[in-house]
Amino acid sequence: MSLAEKILRGDIRAASRLMRDIDDRMPSAMEELKKIYSKTGNAYIIGITGPPGSGKSTLVDKTVEILRKERKTVGIVAVDPTSPFTGGAILGDRIRMQRHSIDDGVFIRSLATRGSLGGISRSTSDIIKVMDAMGKDIIIVETVGVGQDEVDIVNTAHTSVVVLVPGSGDDIQAIKAGILEIGDIFVINKCERQGADRLEMELKATLEMGPKREDGWMPLIFKTEALLGKGIFELVYGIYRHREKLLACDYLEKKIFERTKWEFLCILDSELRDTIVERLEKDKRLDKIIDDLKRRKANPYSIVEKILEGELKGSS
Amino acid sequence: MFRNDHLKTIGDEEKKWTEDLSKILSEIPERLSRFSTISDMEIKGLYTPKDIQYLDYSRDIGFPGIYPFTRGIQPSMYRGKIWTMRMFSGLGGPEETNRRFHYLLKHGETGLSIAFHYPTLMGYDSDSPMARGEIGKCGVAVDTLKDMEILLEGIPLDKVTTSMTINPPASILLAMYIVVAEKQKVSKSQIGGTIQNDMLKEFIAQKTLMLPPKPSMRLIVDTVEYCTKEVPRWNTISISGYHIREAGSTAVQELAFTLADGIAYVAAALERGLEVDDFAPRLSFFFDSHIDFFEEIAKFRAARRIWARVMKERFRAKNPRSWMLRFHTHTAGCSLTAQQPYNNVMRTAYEALAAVLGGTQSLHTNSLDEVYSIPTEEAAAIALRTQQILSEETGVTNTIDPLAGSYFIEALTNRIEAEALEYIQKIDTMGGMLAAIERGYPQMEIAEAAYHYQKLIDEGKKVVVGVNKYATDHPPITIWKMDPEIERRQLKRLREVKEMRNGQKVRDHLNKLRGAAEGNENLMPYIVNAVREYATLQEICDVFREVFGTYTDPGMF
Amino acid sequence: MTPERKIRIMVAKPGLNGHDRGAKIIARGFRNAGFEVIYTGLHQTPEQIVAAAIQEDVDGIGLSSLAGAHDYLFPRVVELLKEKGADDIMVFGGGIIPEEDIPKLREAGIRGIFGPGTPIEEAVNWVRQNIKPKK
Ligand SMILES: Nc1nc2c(ncn2[C@@H]2O[C@H](COP(=O)(O)OP(=O)(O)OP(=O)(O)O)[C@@H](O)[C@H]2O)c(=O)[nH]1
Ligand SMILES: [Mg+2]
Repeated sequence: MSLAEKILRGDIRAASRLMRDIDDRMPSAMEELKKIYSKTGNAYIIGITGPPGSGKSTLVDKTVEILRKERKTVGIVAVDPTSPFTGGAILGDRIRMQRHSIDDGVFIRSLATRGSLGGISRSTSDIIKVMDAMGKDIIIVETVGVGQDEVDIVNTAHTSVVVLVPGSGDDIQAIKAGILEIGDIFVINKCERQGADRLEMELKATLEMGPKREDGWMPLIFKTEALLGKGIFELVYGIYRHREKLLACDYLEKKIFERTKWEFLCILDSELRDTIVERLEKDKRLDKIIDDLKRRKANPYSIVEKILEGELKGSS
Repeated sequence: MFRNDHLKTIGDEEKKWTEDLSKILSEIPERLSRFSTISDMEIKGLYTPKDIQYLDYSRDIGFPGIYPFTRGIQPSMYRGKIWTMRMFSGLGGPEETNRRFHYLLKHGETGLSIAFHYPTLMGYDSDSPMARGEIGKCGVAVDTLKDMEILLEGIPLDKVTTSMTINPPASILLAMYIVVAEKQKVSKSQIGGTIQNDMLKEFIAQKTLMLPPKPSMRLIVDTVEYCTKEVPRWNTISISGYHIREAGSTAVQELAFTLADGIAYVAAALERGLEVDDFAPRLSFFFDSHIDFFEEIAKFRAARRIWARVMKERFRAKNPRSWMLRFHTHTAGCSLTAQQPYNNVMRTAYEALAAVLGGTQSLHTNSLDEVYSIPTEEAAAIALRTQQILSEETGVTNTIDPLAGSYFIEALTNRIEAEALEYIQKIDTMGGMLAAIERGYPQMEIAEAAYHYQKLIDEGKKVVVGVNKYATDHPPITIWKMDPEIERRQLKRLREVKEMRNGQKVRDHLNKLRGAAEGNENLMPYIVNAVREYATLQEICDVFREVFGTYTDPGMF
Repeated sequence: MTPERKIRIMVAKPGLNGHDRGAKIIARGFRNAGFEVIYTGLHQTPEQIVAAAIQEDVDGIGLSSLAGAHDYLFPRVVELLKEKGADDIMVFGGGIIPEEDIPKLREAGIRGIFGPGTPIEEAVNWVRQNIKPKK
């Protein structure tokens, strides 16, 4: 039986093995993904982003507690950075959620960025598909909070949650404009700290001043104390409200269209590149090309043009 | 401390010496390119008056028993009274541990120190699934008052003082101790002892965790407040560096984080409205004595000086007893090796000597087999004898603070003090220890230091005899093994206690405790009432967990 | 471009003992060797460790124990892995383990046992040599 078939029958080991194959970029993974693709598209995807240590994992843990009470099954993808020096990583998000690991309705997977920018790993969207095929109702993606470009999460999630903390220097001025644009929902966590109300006021004012969103959604702001589980219930219902809004104005369709397109282009991008590079490497052409470029005997633009012509002709 | 012209002469002489030395070294170089302590603090080949030229004897060193207590907290130190020999013990069930207590007291031990097994330390009863595989293994199992009664049988609680290494459930064990004393007709005001009750270092290092930081602090301040009024001879918090050091910190980090914890407790008690001089004399400290001899001695001396100044200047304490840093010492468990275990006797002896030269008030010496398990009776006896030889044969107790005035020791004391103060200041700017812990600051500093040290060992830059040098095979030693019967007996007793007690009364008291916990009354009286009716440790902890939530270590790297 | 498997190891601390010095040192050592390390945190039951190891599809689980409960906890992890059909995940352990317990642990399926004082490098090399890459 193929991994895909096993996964569709509920085999957990098969699912986690496919995730591994995806992450390790095994060619077989694409074969399996082809087989599950038609069974995906059912899960609701929530992205959580925010600065390091802001409480993202703790929020996920408490959110899952509520979702499980409602009998929803949950998949979690938690991304931590790969060390640029050693290529290794310590993946620690799981620590905060470990109590859910023995719950059959929850599946947690830790991923390392493995060199990709954008706060999520290159494999994230495919791994989400596996969880989707496993039948998870809701999938939560926790991004790396390194203050890089977190925009990828928008393309990945239906609802994006941005976590902020009062009094940690990330007051409104310090928060990059980008992060204000990506949030459908804002969480002011560690709200027991001084400055939470001020941050809320400033955030509200800034959001109101900002450009009106296409979908007419006005981002919600919630104050939470994740450590003690305070304010989580409200947050979860805020996420539901966002979802309803997306559904009501047909914007969900549009969002899904955009998301699918983005994903397709990503796959096209990486597959095209990988295929061509592989071919060029096979007969050592790549080295020769680079050598020519180095000595200025050729220019990269014409060469790429020529390769594309040749490859596209050859393959169609 | 020295006249300027004198210092100049010394400087000239030193220059000449350095020149001579470099000639010699060009032919026969030194053994190492860099000499450093076990904390990797670099040490020079020679110290002279120039290294302590800014030291002011009266201001910085002074006299024993007098501020800033650099030379010791009592005027007569060990000429008056030898330190308390307190051997950390706990094994199997209360019966076995009680037997061990009587054995040690018979052999000249002067105070008790109880080690509890992990389930008790974490607030679980022996019949909890969390206790599987752990009952009686690293300490004694205590589930209810009944166990405590057996544990302390035949021990006169008005004469012997007892130290209990217990943190999240500290208030409960103290309550049990109070009730056992009651039954011996010894009143609360007569008993003496210590509960560790130091949660900050648990969050930082040892990770015996139950409740989130804030309610943990509340419980601690509750015990401080209660004892200040009701149990005046009780040491309410044993502010501990031991576990911080064992987690791999440097000596400076141990000192700095411990004192910063102390500062946080004082601040919390003041916030409750207590008067500093009412509770501060009952705060005590607990340090590690590691294998780097001089570094440890300097650490202990610096500790007293910093704390005295903090209490007097920062907290405006007026009672000299509030300024005194009294401390217990435990020789370094992490310095013991599983390889060639008999070498541990020697290590422990040197560490004990450092503690005594550093002016400790009480001392636990590790047994040679402690790396593996609870010590056997013979091994514990050798460890105790080590202290007795130190106090009665070596003569080190004849004079007070004998190393004072050594250029090296004084310079090192200054340096450790300065570096610790730097850490403390950093923690202050973060908003105090609680905030620093939340950020993972001390945790990450320690993890870094531990990794660095392991690297030094792996590279052979630090030597551990029998491990990375002079390694040989060694025959296994006999180690203490728990009789599986103990586990069955413990579970049976717990069942019987639960059957025989008045269930309604237990429920009532637990409900009252819950009510009080939801408000902001002091919880101690409620806990005392609940244990008196044989509520179990876990039943009480479960009330706390329900009301305050639980906490797991965030695992910072 | 032949894809290469990244080594994924779970470092777990079973039981109530919270001394994580060794676990943290080894986790860092593994990261610096280029492995992906999933750290479960403290006070884990064997059930939690095994569930997590399966979800993470790790190559091996490194258990750390200092409190004498290894004789129950380590074999229990192996047993649960077998029950779940995941016994291709290799289990190794470190900490303070008396000589006389070692044969029993090996028999129970603990593949590597690292006593106190094991250099980081040695554990890293052991993993490299003993972990068979997944097919
Ligand atoms: N005081 C307080 N601390 C909190 C709160 N929520 C989380 N924390 C603590 O903040 C620290 C970081 O929490 P995490 O959940 O790991 O944060 P994160 O954003 O996932 O961190 P990274 O994944 O490392 O970026 C932990 O020590 C939490 O216990 C809160 O509401 N109040
Ligand atoms: Mg996280």
